[in-house]
Amino acid sequence: MFDALSERFERLGSSLRSRGRLSDADLDDALGEVRAALLEADVELGVVRGFLDAVRERLGGAALSQSLSPGQQVIKAVHEQLVEVLGGSAMKVTYASRPPTVVLLAGLQGAGKTTTAAKLAAWFKQQGRQPYLIAADLQRPAAVEQLRVLGRQVGVDVFSEATSPVEVVRRGVAEATRLGRDVVILDTAGRLSIDAALMDEVRAISAVANPHYTFLVIDAVTGQDAVQTARAFHEALALTGIIVTKLDYDARGGAVLSARGVVGRPVVFASTGEKMADFDLFHPDRMASRILGMGDVLSLIEQAERTMDPNVVADSAGRMLSGTFTLDDFLAQLNQVRKMGSLGGLMKLVPGVTKEMRSAANNVDEGELNRVEAIIRSMTARERREPNVIDGSRRTRIAKGSGTNVVAVNQLLKQFGEMKKMMRQMGSGAGPSLPGGMGKMASMAARAGTLRGEQLPPGFEALGAGMSAGTPAPRGGAKNKKKKGGRVTPPKQR
Amino acid sequence: MNIALIVVAVLLVLGAGVVVRRRRRRSLAIASAPRVAMPTLLVNEITPRPTLLDDTPTLHQRLGSSRGVFERVRSLGGSGALSDGQLDVVEEVLLRSDVGLSTTTRVLDQLRVEGAPDGVAPAVRRLLLASFAGDRSVRSAASVGFVPVWLFVGVNGVGKTTTIGKLARRQVDEGRSVVLAAGDTFRAAAADQLEEWATRTGADIVRAAEGADPGSVVHDALGRAAARGADIVLADTAGRRSNNTNLLDELSKVRRVADRAPGQVVETFLVLDATTGQNALSQAREFLAAATVTGIVLTKLDGTARGGIVVAIERELAIPVKFIGVGEGVDDLLAFDPVAFVDSLLDA
Repeated sequence: MFDALSERFERLGSSLRSRGRLSDADLDDALGEVRAALLEADVELGVVRGFLDAVRERLGGAALSQSLSPGQQVIKAVHEQLVEVLGGSAMKVTYASRPPTVVLLAGLQGAGKTTTAAKLAAWFKQQGRQPYLIAADLQRPAAVEQLRVLGRQVGVDVFSEATSPVEVVRRGVAEATRLGRDVVILDTAGRLSIDAALMDEVRAISAVANPHYTFLVIDAVTGQDAVQTARAFHEALALTGIIVTKLDYDARGGAVLSARGVVGRPVVFASTGEKMADFDLFHPDRMASRILGMGDVLSLIEQAERTMDPNVVADSAGRMLSGTFTLDDFLAQLNQVRKMGSLGGLMKLVPGVTKEMRSAANNVDEGELNRVEAIIRSMTARERREPNVIDGSRRTRIAKGSGTNVVAVNQLLKQFGEMKKMMRQMGSGAGPSLPGGMGKMASMAARAGTLRGEQLPPGFEALGAGMSAGTPAPRGGAKNKKKKGGRVTPPKQR
Repeated sequence: MNIALIVVAVLLVLGAGVVVRRRRRRSLAIASAPRVAMPTLLVNEITPRPTLLDDTPTLHQRLGSSRGVFERVRSLGGSGALSDGQLDVVEEVLLRSDVGLSTTTRVLDQLRVEGAPDGVAPAVRRLLLASFAGDRSVRSAASVGFVPVWLFVGVNGVGKTTTIGKLARRQVDEGRSVVLAAGDTFRAAAADQLEEWATRTGADIVRAAEGADPGSVVHDALGRAAARGADIVLADTAGRRSNNTNLLDELSKVRRVADRAPGQVVETFLVLDATTGQNALSQAREFLAAATVTGIVLTKLDGTARGGIVVAIERELAIPVKFIGVGEGVDDLLAFDPVAFVDSLLDA
């Protein structure tokens, strides 16, 4: 549904790709597409306007690059501006000299404050701190109980009592001090920014707790309202930062930019899933790529690290590149990937994947993957190691054993053969001659490796780094070649 | 394009990435092992950055009046073709209500073609109302011998449990006996929250331990409802992102269980948060496919958010909005009224 900005530019026609300089009309067209992309990603209209002005200024003053097409220069300027507005590099969290460091969480109902409180506690614990949770949401039924359960999960004590939120916080902080805890996290009730009584209450809580950090917890899928909410909470509480939640891979997260634009404080943490581990410091460069729909390969890799068994992956990745990949490895990898979620969703995070590949991945249904698994499991150990021994009668047996037919078995074997060939080529550095979309991907990755972030957004750079480190040969070779050539051909999107 | 190639594409990136990062981490771990005590607070971190909005006046200021935008739209020209300025105001109003770019563009195109002979506001209202043509009746009766089931689905934090509480109250007030099925066995204390609502409203509740199979909870609730001759079962489900295939499959299963005798699913409500932007459309699309959604409950309309995305949802997916939530109180749930809703969209 959402197209990457580069795809939008392609629709504008060739003027942005071929011509040496950017005419005013081209720029207007390009910025019109940027505007549409931002609005579809839920960035607030006023923020979009200010943003486009800034990009226009950036492009006006910049010397025109020799190596980039006008379209790419616009993308680069947009990306840089996004990263700048989102807060440069990730923020460092520091601690009070006289503990405890008090952290107050506030936000609308359903933004994810209680879950965030527990995740934050787990994060501080991981940093070697001794966090303490205070459940001051006495409004929502069972909110305290929810935090207690989550607290048990992450091994952090939870304080609460049935008095008033202000009183709970007062006594909770005192208790934390008595216990010698050095970080205190306050979970407050969700409230609407226009509910004067509840906003007064959270102000009172803030006055009592005197927090070192006050974070607005905001849902990544929030629409235009993000600005109203952020402004109201900022006026009431003087926020120190923003925590964005539910930043799963189908949320574009324009709300982050809106809130950031209004509050003028950094986005500090991002929560990316339901598990306690799905929480980390916020990375502006990744977010920029995400808002522009350019893929977010670092998040993908991190997600892989969390859900996959690293040993299985590393083993078979190594065999993959050395060309000794077996059907057993393939099955193991397939199952690792399936743990991470739908293929379609995963492909969205991979930069440079063509629309066709994406829709193909979307159309892969679980049944098909189950059939692949059944076929491989119907083979003997030797057949999996050496698929060449599979003759006609073995095929018939495998088809029967897996409840499929010989055609399906043939297809799988053929695909596996192609795949192996491809991987061998990648391992030996002959990327660009690969068939189909993979060839494009491999060559793109090789080129991205040569660019090393000079001209391309971080998604591409990361992909290049990931790929080239696994395959050292093409990187070095390609780098020298391309650098001498002077002009670098950008990776093609389709 | 075949699967194997796609899988391998993903694998190559992931495998290589994981390996690289593990190596890098190993070297990093050595480099950054001793952690020095942190300085006090983050004072130097809070360098005030230029905000984007400082020099962007609010809509009202920009229009030079304290009147609502709707009035502004209303006061715009009254005959035939619209000026660019008028179209800009319409665009701004719609975009700021989360109506979305494609619907807004469509409305503007139609305005350009049709003009606005009786004023801009009535024209816009008419165009938007055309999207709300669906049947909004709520089915609460099942076939003879079956227990009617309302199933509630949606992403995390939209207010499913609260909505069930409010609807349970309505049903109880109408003299019907209600069984709640605490099908959210994932979120900590979700069943406790629903139980609290059961106590408040006088409904019966069936719950199981955390992590239990939600289908079995629904099944048990149906059994109890049938045994006691209850009039309706309201079934909660765990919030789930609309992109998680496994969880959506689980939801399909819960729906199948709920639709098996003695149960009959008569309504599947997708609960949507009015503060949600364009993502609500993909939520609606995914849940429609997974659970055959028959109606939308739009919650949190008492805030500053307008929930304009439901215009696109009704138009593109034909899922009618049936209820709106306007507060946390037990009675803060209203039947959806398209005219009032469209007016609130325009009156930013």
